[in-house]
Amino acid sequence: MRNEGKKEERRVLTPMPMGPFRGGPGRGFGSFEQVKIKDPWGTLKRLWRYLGKYKWALIFVFILTLISSILGIVGPYMIGKAIDNYIIPNKYDGFFNFLTLLGGVYILGSLFAWLQGYVMLKTTQKTVFLLRKDLFQKLQFLPLRFFDTRPHGDIMSRIMNDIDNIGMVLGNSVIQVFSGLILLIGIIIMMLRISIPMSIISLITVPLTVYSTSFIARRTRNYFYANQSLLGNLNGLIEEDISGIKVIKIFGREDKEIERFDEINRELTKVGIKAQIFSGVVGPTMNLINNISFAIIAGAGGYFAYRNLISIGSIAVFINYSRQFSRPLNELANQYNMIQSAIASAERIFEILNEEEEKEDEKNAIELKNVKGEVEFKNVWFSYEKGVPVLKNINFHVKPGQVIALVGPTGAGKTTIASLIARFYDVDEGSILIDGVDIRKIKRKSLRSILGIVLQDTYLFSISVKDNIKYGKLSAKDEEVETAARLAHAESFILNLPNGYDTILSEDGGDLSQGQRQLLAIARAILANPKILILDEATSNVDTRTEKYIQSAMLNLMKGRTSFIIAHRLSTIKNADLILVINNGEIVERGKHEELLSKKGFYYNLYMSQFSEDLEMAGS
Amino acid sequence: MRKLLVYLKPYWIYVILAPLFMIIEVICDLYQPTLLARVVDEGVLKNNLPFILKTGLLMIFIALIGMIGGVGCTIFSSYAGQNFGKDLRLTLFKKVQSFSFKNIDKFHTSSLITRITNDVNQLQNLVMMSLRIVVRAPLLFIGGIIMAISINRSLSLIFLFSIPILILIFIIIMKKSFPLFSEVQKRIDEVNRVVRENLVGVRLVRAFMRIDHEIERFNSVNSLLMNAVIKAIILIIYAMPIFMLIMNFSILGVLWFGGLLVKSGNMKVGEVMAYINYMFQILFSLMMIGNILVFISRTSASSVRIREVLDEKVDILSVETGDKPILKGEVVFERVYFSYEDKNKPILKDINFSVGPGEIIGILGTTGSGKSTLVNLIPRLYDVSSGRILIDGRDIRNIDLKTLRSAISMVPQDTILFSGTVKENIRWGREDATDEEIINACKIAQAHNFIITLPNGYDTVIGQRGVNLSGGQKQRIAIARAIIRNPVILILDDATSAVDFVTEQKILKGLKEIMKNCTTFIIAQRIGTVMSTDRIILLEKGEIVGIGTHEELLEKNPIYQEIYRTQLGEEVLKNA
Repeated sequence: MRNEGKKEERRVLTPMPMGPFRGGPGRGFGSFEQVKIKDPWGTLKRLWRYLGKYKWALIFVFILTLISSILGIVGPYMIGKAIDNYIIPNKYDGFFNFLTLLGGVYILGSLFAWLQGYVMLKTTQKTVFLLRKDLFQKLQFLPLRFFDTRPHGDIMSRIMNDIDNIGMVLGNSVIQVFSGLILLIGIIIMMLRISIPMSIISLITVPLTVYSTSFIARRTRNYFYANQSLLGNLNGLIEEDISGIKVIKIFGREDKEIERFDEINRELTKVGIKAQIFSGVVGPTMNLINNISFAIIAGAGGYFAYRNLISIGSIAVFINYSRQFSRPLNELANQYNMIQSAIASAERIFEILNEEEEKEDEKNAIELKNVKGEVEFKNVWFSYEKGVPVLKNINFHVKPGQVIALVGPTGAGKTTIASLIARFYDVDEGSILIDGVDIRKIKRKSLRSILGIVLQDTYLFSISVKDNIKYGKLSAKDEEVETAARLAHAESFILNLPNGYDTILSEDGGDLSQGQRQLLAIARAILANPKILILDEATSNVDTRTEKYIQSAMLNLMKGRTSFIIAHRLSTIKNADLILVINNGEIVERGKHEELLSKKGFYYNLYMSQFSEDLEMAGS
Repeated sequence: MRKLLVYLKPYWIYVILAPLFMIIEVICDLYQPTLLARVVDEGVLKNNLPFILKTGLLMIFIALIGMIGGVGCTIFSSYAGQNFGKDLRLTLFKKVQSFSFKNIDKFHTSSLITRITNDVNQLQNLVMMSLRIVVRAPLLFIGGIIMAISINRSLSLIFLFSIPILILIFIIIMKKSFPLFSEVQKRIDEVNRVVRENLVGVRLVRAFMRIDHEIERFNSVNSLLMNAVIKAIILIIYAMPIFMLIMNFSILGVLWFGGLLVKSGNMKVGEVMAYINYMFQILFSLMMIGNILVFISRTSASSVRIREVLDEKVDILSVETGDKPILKGEVVFERVYFSYEDKNKPILKDINFSVGPGEIIGILGTTGSGKSTLVNLIPRLYDVSSGRILIDGRDIRNIDLKTLRSAISMVPQDTILFSGTVKENIRWGREDATDEEIINACKIAQAHNFIITLPNGYDTVIGQRGVNLSGGQKQRIAIARAIIRNPVILILDDATSAVDFVTEQKILKGLKEIMKNCTTFIIAQRIGTVMSTDRIILLEKGEIVGIGTHEELLEKNPIYQEIYRTQLGEEVLKNA
């Protein structure tokens, strides 16, 4: 059921911008007053749908609240009875039993209060769990473009702080809203029984209540939204600045960054104060309205009594009821306002949940079996930004087991070609075929399982060395891990680490050199044992001797596999079966090393400049 | 916790005003029932319309004053709480900015993020909540007790039973909840860490199609967090009904003993009723106090975490000497040893060399031989474990950090760019650089040509970490950023590894112009990159195994000869 609904939304909703705070932290904001949540009710409804998964728990809580509300009324009632029936007449027969009964009521009351709190806590926390899970899961299916533009810290803040906020509000408000409603209805019934015209008069101020509550709530909501967005911005800045602290230190940018932090921090404080004031103002406002209401009731009651329309005693009772009426009304207004902050946070969650996912696998997408590793690019065009093509009409055909080298100046589009094979992005025009099948017709999982990629930016997790290598093949045995590490020439330094393979890497891998990180990434790819291997500058920070060793190991590895190598050191690619020379997004030359040299074209110049310089220097 | 309250000090006026306004509201609140009773007793019951109207208007007037009190309290408590949070966040962020890598590794990045935002939020909320209740609850509580005792002393002995029990429960809960809430914050750190790693490593996750694995990893930390929260909050859920029960049973006691007292003629019925009313008031205020206390124990977990950061000893400290700037750039390493952790094997062993001003030094060595570590010691990104480094004859630990680092420029191995425009990123090198200087630096770094093809040229916004640029493009921006600084000492740590050879040569040629006045260290993998330097340091397993000019090393050093052969030998032979 749920999944169906989700899919539908995905189709209907176009991707929406992520609020007004784009363009990096510390810059380009300043119009918080105009921030508006467009559809608060829709957001609330959607949030309610999450809670609604625990329908039975909620119904249970409702019943419990009903019972404990009744018990809450019974207690004082029985105290009155105790005084009226036993103490005043000074007759104490059965007084002890009566008090025992009252004690029972109290015990039950506490028990139900506990049970209601317990069930609600679990329900809330499960909802929070589910929201986090859905949000994280959603992130896994968003296209890479989504991540290119968003500060990590902001996404983290949504998952942590915003959902936390929702949980806090839900945990408090649901019970309060229930008990408020129950009391309100009960008291309205009592009031109606005494006097219908008086009841109507006492409801005169209700529109005022509704109007002022919604007036305040709208502001609360928008300020909370701004507050949460700024908190996200701040989180983004902190994340970026701790990640990049090395550069901050080198360039002595601490003061500047603190200034940038301070700027957002101040803005956050300003908005936070407004949010807090608006949310705190509800209570006193309601108090004022209630007193206006009392005055009206008293005045009208006095007039009615003067006209003999109502008994004086009834008015006294009625005023008392209307006083009680004010309490749940206040509570509801207060909760309504609290819920606004949850809506603001939920809005930020749903913004991401509404984002368009990577195109799903096509219905009749297939799993590749017995992959040979034939790769073909047919008239491929691609651009990251509309109108700025990065690849222009790329055509090539790779036979199974061939080694392809992509050569060309920086920014020519080599990494992009690799990214397209892995379907990180979809081509704008043309098609990419593996074993003759368009990769868009292959299940993503199947496609990527036959690929082994060593990326230009090596990334390692803060888990053990062993588990990092195992990321290539989760089920790998220790021996397999060690073999892979040996092939990648990583074993000797791994064994030198404090705990060898079990050494936990620090969060940003600061304890390993860039070259060592690359070796681990290669081991990881080796372990994955892919049919098609893509090495994107895989050894750029590895010294040439080690590189040579790895190459010989790789040569073995590459046997029977299709391999793509992106490298700047031309010596690494000389033996490739096919060299594609890429410049400005186009293939300008292709062929084997010797052929290309004899052409005396682009490649020849590239190659000769490298070695002539080397030679020149060697000779000097 | 108490120590952190210092951050409230600048806002003491708000801290005082908030409760004062609260007192106004409380007084008005207490006055309202009396007025209402008067309306009924003297107005309605006596059918006195003018009196009703007069008192009604008075009620509205009092309510208006009450509202001013309430709103005032809200405003001042918000100002106090939010500003307190602001200052605390800023202090924390400043502290973290002064952290060394060792300090950061100790806490982990994601935990530091949690501490600066989430933990501070908890404290900030506590301040606001406390200021709103701080007067009301104790006022109601103490007032209630005094009134109760004044009505009947012997009946008040009941308090001697119930209040100690309540206090005991408070203490138990506070003690128990502290570790539970510490656990919650720790779990938050973990969730944050998994999310962050997933975001930073998103390409890897996709490449290996480890989405299921990642979701599993997240689910496990997510459910640990959920369980920790439930375990912590359940304590509060136990507490409230128990408070209620104790107070309700005290009321039962009042009824029973009060009944006995009435029977023996020692108490009036009305007094029993009034007594019970005050009991309700006491009960209500105790609940509020209990709430706050639970909240305090909850936030004390956070405050300990904040204190940990604030109390952390920064292990790379600056000496404020009001220094004269570094002008020459002479660098000397004297018996330098270095290891990341004292217990680990040293990464650098007995490093000795000296570099004259303006000299260009190449550093070669196998992966993990300590090349980057060596240059990282110069701007004091790490401190030596033993030995010393001298610049212009002074131990760098005796030079003001700002002075030291402003004389040094570096292109680190892992290119880190920041969100912002290309121009802004380059200005990191020098804030007051003119556009012309920027363009000039970019031309030297061979970055100008590709920058002008970007959608908005130098004003193009690059995403976090410069994800939308290729590796080589990022490196060239980083080089421009380093050049513009006009440093005395320039460090290029494998700065051109992702740049093609032709471009690299162009960059090096351009750099030579600048390097004339500046001591330069170049780490590289390609021998061709360092061959033309004045001297080359050859590192192997953390030790210097050769130092000298290219020719000297080629002549005498077997390791250098081997590197030369593997890289160039065959080519030289073939192409010669």
